[in-house]
Amino acid sequence: MSDAAAETTSIVLAGVGGQGILLASGILAQAAMQAGYDVKTNEVHGMAQRGGSVVAHVRYGTAVHSPLVARGTASVLGALEQVEALRFAEFLGPGGLAVVSAQAIVPVTVSSGAAKYPRDVESLLHQAFPKLAYIRAAEAAASLGGVQAANIVLLGAMSKGLDLPVRAWKEAIAVSVRERFRDLNLRAFDLGRGMI
Amino acid sequence: MRRLLSGNEAIARGAFEAGVTVAAGYPGTPSTEILESLARYPDVYCEWSPNEKVAFEVAAGASLAGARSIVTMKHVGLNVAADPLMTLSYISVEGGFVACVADDPGMHSSQNEQDTRNYARFAKIPLFEPSDSQEAKELIKLALQVSEDFKTPAILRTTTRISHSRSLVEIEERTASPKKIGLVRDPPRFVPLPLWGRTMRKKVEERLLRLQAMANSANRIEWRERELGIITHSIAYQYARDVWPDASILKLGMSYPFPDALIRQFAAGVKSLLIVEELDDFIEQHVRALGISCRGRDIVPGIMELSVDRLLESRALLEGGAAEPAGPPPFADRLPPRPPVLCPGCPHRGIFYALGKKDVVVTGDIGCYSLGAFPPLDRMDSILCMGAGISMAHGLEKAGEARPVVGIVGDSTFFHSGITGLLDIAYNRGSSTIIVLDNRTTAMTGHQDHPGTGRTLQGEAVHAARIEDFGRACGLQRIFSIDPYNLEQSEEVIFREIEAKEPSLIVSRAPCPLRERRMVGPSRSIDGDGCRGCELCLDLGCPAIEGGCGRPHINQTLCAGCGLCQQVCPAGAIQEGERA
Repeated sequence: MSDAAAETTSIVLAGVGGQGILLASGILAQAAMQAGYDVKTNEVHGMAQRGGSVVAHVRYGTAVHSPLVARGTASVLGALEQVEALRFAEFLGPGGLAVVSAQAIVPVTVSSGAAKYPRDVESLLHQAFPKLAYIRAAEAAASLGGVQAANIVLLGAMSKGLDLPVRAWKEAIAVSVRERFRDLNLRAFDLGRGMI
Repeated sequence: MRRLLSGNEAIARGAFEAGVTVAAGYPGTPSTEILESLARYPDVYCEWSPNEKVAFEVAAGASLAGARSIVTMKHVGLNVAADPLMTLSYISVEGGFVACVADDPGMHSSQNEQDTRNYARFAKIPLFEPSDSQEAKELIKLALQVSEDFKTPAILRTTTRISHSRSLVEIEERTASPKKIGLVRDPPRFVPLPLWGRTMRKKVEERLLRLQAMANSANRIEWRERELGIITHSIAYQYARDVWPDASILKLGMSYPFPDALIRQFAAGVKSLLIVEELDDFIEQHVRALGISCRGRDIVPGIMELSVDRLLESRALLEGGAAEPAGPPPFADRLPPRPPVLCPGCPHRGIFYALGKKDVVVTGDIGCYSLGAFPPLDRMDSILCMGAGISMAHGLEKAGEARPVVGIVGDSTFFHSGITGLLDIAYNRGSSTIIVLDNRTTAMTGHQDHPGTGRTLQGEAVHAARIEDFGRACGLQRIFSIDPYNLEQSEEVIFREIEAKEPSLIVSRAPCPLRERRMVGPSRSIDGDGCRGCELCLDLGCPAIEGGCGRPHINQTLCAGCGLCQQVCPAGAIQEGERA
């Protein structure tokens, strides 16, 4: 890897279609831009979004080439669903921080009996991630009156593992969400940031 | 001012800045957001056409009038528009004309992995390939200029990773095209009757030579160390920069016609040459034809998309080591797959569930409903391309298939290329049962309007074309509309029509709840005491009904309230409302 690549910070966000992963990655990219970095992101649209696994990549630094994160290079992995955290675990680099929301969304493959949801998922998470923040993002967001802000709670917790100033995060949230949800999302971010 | 834009948004911005006034397209991942984004700018007429061929011809007509125009589609859409493409190359264009075509290496949301670069060579027209959003904006502008200067259609080819990656883009002002609008009559130029067409044929070849000789800023050499030189393009350029930071690079932004002189100069300046390209060995074959030896397809995979990880394996092979394919991620064997599924409340679900009760052949089509092929619904036997759900049903039946044949298409797909198939069934006395799953939108690509929705891309209220009317116009006698949330009625009509000797058209109509952003009805729950554990409700494949450990229960945050599960429960254990 080049020096430029080494100076590039990589983040992976994972979840299930409909959980707000793409909004979260958009805010993260916006925050990096506000902080003066070159930024690239990637996300998959279309068929993949229909209740399937969703993953978004964000990279920022002085000059970013690939918009995709290579295996074993992410500084932070954030996930809104536990199995999805494990599915994309290989992206996290040595010493990287994993922030995982304690949420289980049962895939249809499990309901139809074709596969099993691991019963010991929490223990698997601890084995897969030496630096694990296992948070209750959905409950935290619900306590603020908006369970859909779980993605922003997650971002708040992830922000502790990144070197972006809080001001940049808040500006990014302000420009990325609708005005009537702004206050809720700013509080969700603070709540998440306080969890680590 | 710089903004964070996706490749698609950057193409739209570039088209706007370049003075494009007419744009048409048909939705298709990963191309859809180009036109959605352009439609929000002032002074640009944008439309969703019924299909890519129509869209292509609309933009071509605008170009002949002198307007700068673009047409947008996914890679397979260009197959539909290949007819006008091949001859527009002959009759040439007046206002700049660019076909923006998005490929899908890795088949994230597509039925095949074709490489659109071949079409540029096939049609003998210039090809532009951006590597990030800034270049996407620059190259659409360059493509429009080259198109106008050389009177040639051009292709701007992106891939999923270009179209759907965001990066920073410098925003500039719009420059209006100085061309006057109005077709200047010139039949020898615009009418390819053989007499005139043969002259056009020669001009196409001469034009290619002039394009090849043209100086352009899109192809550039980045000299670094001379040990290894890499010729690359599109997103592969970004991966190559990360994997071979010290190598010299010839980056092709205008990758057809091939810049032979530049390729020779670059090859002569490096010790060894490597071609890093995604999908076909398009560049490599040409480099070899020039008599230049190189590595490429022998170490860079040509199936599925590239990545930094895959190119690190190529690098290991190039340096004489063995590729070390990464092992599976931790606990991979313990993770349940999560493929895309029909959403909770999807009106298509009940139709597939009903068809599951009959021994019929189901020819499917392209759209959300292709997900009806997965278990537990598992009720689709074939998919070929847009519209084939209807025509292939007819062919199966004419071949003597013993079971009744049911063809399934969506509403947008019906308008795209289903009407001619239906006409064929009526004309040639077929007996298939055609079901149009009309959810009042082009759902899979993110809810675009179409001729049946009563609204245009730019928000005008218009006449909503009715599918039943087309059936009548084709000459069908058996035409029925059903409410797919009423399972009993749906089954009654479908089972009756399957047995009919004449062809039938069944329109299953209910709006996509994802677009409507509202519940279909009150959410349902399962009464733990009443549930017998038969798990029939799980046969619906609804993501809101969670099973697999103990008796099924309904996830209240996911349930859309369609009530299908209540209709299939033999114990009457599923009711409206939440239960303690």
